Amino acid sequence: MNLTLKIWRQKNAESKGKVVTYQVSDISPDMSFLEMMDVLNEQLIEKGDEPVAFDHDCREGICGSCNLQINGEPHGPDRGVTTCQLHMRRFKDGDTIVIEPFRAKAFPIIKDLVVDRSAFDRIQQAGGYISVNTSGNTQDANSIPVEKENADMSFYAATCIGCGACVAACKNASAMLFTSAKVSQFALLPQGEVEADRRVLQMVEQMDKEGFGNCTNTGACEIECPKGISLENIARMNREYLKASVK
Amino acid sequence: MGNFESNAPKGPLAEKWTKHKNDINLVNPANKRNIDVIVVGTGLAGGSAAATLAELGYNVKTFCYQDSPRRAHSIAAQGGINAAKNYQGDGDSIYRLFYDTIKGGDYRSRESNVYRLAEVSGNIIDQCVAQGVPFAREYGGLLDNRSFGGVLVSRTFYAKGQTGQQLLLGAYSAMNRQINRGKIKAYNRHEMLDIVKVDGKARGIIARNLVTGELERHSAHAVVIASGGYGNVFFLSTNAMGSNVTASWKIHKKGAYFANPCFTQIHPTCIPVSGDHQSKLTLMSESLRNDGRIWVPKKKEDAEAIRAGKKKPTELSEDERDYYLERRYPAFGNLVPRDVASRAAKERCDAGFGVNKTGEAVYLDFSSAIMRYGKEEATTRKINNPSDAKIKELGKEVVEAKYGNLFQMYEKIVDQNPYETPMMIYPAVHYTMGGVWVDYNLQTTIPGCYAIGEANFSDHGANRLGASALMQGLADGYFVLPYTIGNYLADDIRTGAIPTDSPEFEAAETEVRERLDKLVNNKGTKSVDHFHKLLGKIMWNKVGMARNEKGLKEAIKEIKELREEFWKDVRVPGTVNEMNAELEKAGRVADFLELGELFAKDALHRNESCGGHFREEYQTEEGEALRDDENFMYVAAWEYTGNPADAILHKEDLDYENIEVKTRSYK
Repeated sequence: MNLTLKIWRQKNAESKGKVVTYQVSDISPDMSFLEMMDVLNEQLIEKGDEPVAFDHDCREGICGSCNLQINGEPHGPDRGVTTCQLHMRRFKDGDTIVIEPFRAKAFPIIKDLVVDRSAFDRIQQAGGYISVNTSGNTQDANSIPVEKENADMSFYAATCIGCGACVAACKNASAMLFTSAKVSQFALLPQGEVEADRRVLQMVEQMDKEGFGNCTNTGACEIECPKGISLENIARMNREYLKASVK
Repeated sequence: MGNFESNAPKGPLAEKWTKHKNDINLVNPANKRNIDVIVVGTGLAGGSAAATLAELGYNVKTFCYQDSPRRAHSIAAQGGINAAKNYQGDGDSIYRLFYDTIKGGDYRSRESNVYRLAEVSGNIIDQCVAQGVPFAREYGGLLDNRSFGGVLVSRTFYAKGQTGQQLLLGAYSAMNRQINRGKIKAYNRHEMLDIVKVDGKARGIIARNLVTGELERHSAHAVVIASGGYGNVFFLSTNAMGSNVTASWKIHKKGAYFANPCFTQIHPTCIPVSGDHQSKLTLMSESLRNDGRIWVPKKKEDAEAIRAGKKKPTELSEDERDYYLERRYPAFGNLVPRDVASRAAKERCDAGFGVNKTGEAVYLDFSSAIMRYGKEEATTRKINNPSDAKIKELGKEVVEAKYGNLFQMYEKIVDQNPYETPMMIYPAVHYTMGGVWVDYNLQTTIPGCYAIGEANFSDHGANRLGASALMQGLADGYFVLPYTIGNYLADDIRTGAIPTDSPEFEAAETEVRERLDKLVNNKGTKSVDHFHKLLGKIMWNKVGMARNEKGLKEAIKEIKELREEFWKDVRVPGTVNEMNAELEKAGRVADFLELGELFAKDALHRNESCGGHFREEYQTEEGEALRDDENFMYVAAWEYTGNPADAILHKEDLDYENIEVKTRSYK
């Protein structure tokens, strides 16, 4: 396959970026999208140009590093996959592909397609944990039974990989899906209940501080989420927040 | 040079750890506040260690090359974590987990360490549940278990196919709590490029800020290396793209012995290589072998027809299939350990029975499992005389609930539906049992420098059992290191903060800077990946699943030549003082080019086959590994002296006081 790529290039956080057009040829449909980017970069290095910077690591859809906005969609046209799991068979010979970083005020650009998502870390640090020390003397793991349905829902919320697609998909750049997934994971477990109020208040406060937008219930985040994190989590967080606020 | 003593406590096996904990020095809580610890790597081992050390009161600095600690490659572990809880009442015990691990490792690991690992395994599950890790549960609300290779009990706890992710997020949340308290300072997008020794002790590191390119000096009273394994020396592996040996290799060059580098795990169930463009390999969890049956065609003609695309696997009847693991190993069947399963797949493919275009793949088939589960489900739902189609439909639902994400991943990569046609799999490099040599306290031969998790060599011998890596990482980080490091730090309560303007820091920084400058000023003609791919080919062909003297000698020579070529002709674009992914890669590949040679040298010296190390000259008539306990029952710990070729071998003899050393059999 031969493709035209229009890629956002930006030297660093301070400089102004622009779209640069590149041609790549002999792309196999079995390649992953990032392997196609590897081909481009090899080509650029050979010519003495600077390769395109982009985040990636595990290349199996779980670490949440990769985060390209492809033809206007986070992680590209396929549902339920990260950029690294998107394959070139999804495109046609001769296609033009526009590749941009995830755009949000709270995700400043570092270089080219690499953005700073440390705001997500800070939201988690504000309360995304259960305050239990490592002792080896916590009670036996089976001493508190957890209803299977709740355990499963908690697990599904916890599968969030923190890639930021929800923010990039949202016209308000809201981080509600991300934050609510973490709040839900703990709210659904008896172990997490003890600190539930404090957790939701602090995490939401931090989320607002980071400059993420508000949720207007468009649901774009759920559609673009590579892990299918459900909007129900947002509803649950809103309930948790309300409950904690009126206490 | 530091201590090359195992320091395993005396006394009965089951009491060693308790006794040791009672004997070691403690640090008073007020003094802990004056002690700094650096942790390099934030996966299960590093993340859990950092959190626990901070809870204890130490000032912790963590370093990871990723943009967040949560992205360390532990996150990709799929299947599960072992623990001797015996919740299933199937006869499991600490002793049995210990025994299985020693046997699975082909009697090449240290008894005392492995027993301790089994002993704390139960605590890990308790700890993780308390942290809110959502393990799979049964309808009664209690935790569910499944089986993994090489054992006859169900002791594996899991969270679907994302166990590593959930455990890592648990450790990350514990870290976050300490970051919030100011007890951990997290340096993300930072890479350790050297260790700094003062008066022979580890006192800090030189790290590069990967955003600005600046070099930074960080001091501490102890340095913990938790940077994972070195499987990427093969270029293609199931490791993340950034996984590297650099931190381990740098400490090796400064005095830490490197143990058993040739003990590498080739995992039997990975998605086969599809072409030259491939940048990494994807694992299909071992848990799939609970239900999937592995086979190739019985007749070569059928295998050829399948390769040519003239026949489909589903067209072959039961008696035209060779379920070779069930045939060769009736007791363990599809659940033999990884080294055994990998070699058996290679044997069939080398004999001409491989099934994809390249001839390097076997089938992993779920059709029997789908029908079996379907029938069970039909009975539970009181459906009388269900049609085959109905049974299949119900069975698919059960399989999807168990392995859905893995099946989806397979379909995305291969573009085939594994519910309808068998998966194709082939072995790939996955884990490294070898690593930095450590004593019972997890201390390396550099005083004050510790290595934990996959980065050390200690618990898995020559082959690791499935679901034991997560167990070891968390055992080291949550329950072992936080105790043992106190014994060392107890001597440091009056030391005070370590200054970073000493000549030692100055020299280390200069050395790092010169090397980086050399890389960017080299202006060669070939990219870093060019060299990495060539190294990978040498490693896979000559130091891979089967090794022999001739191939290993060639490999040693070729790697050395490639290394010289690299330093002459590598091209690294950009500058040092900016985000520069090629420069990061170049530094890592330069280290792999040295490690690769030591790896081959170690494989060449070990004139026996054991676990993942298979020397063609040493096998039984049936093609099983032939160990030589007389001459090789030791840990090979290599001391760096200036060149990988000149490394000096130190032997730590392995004494088995509690286990009878036997030929490993899974028949």
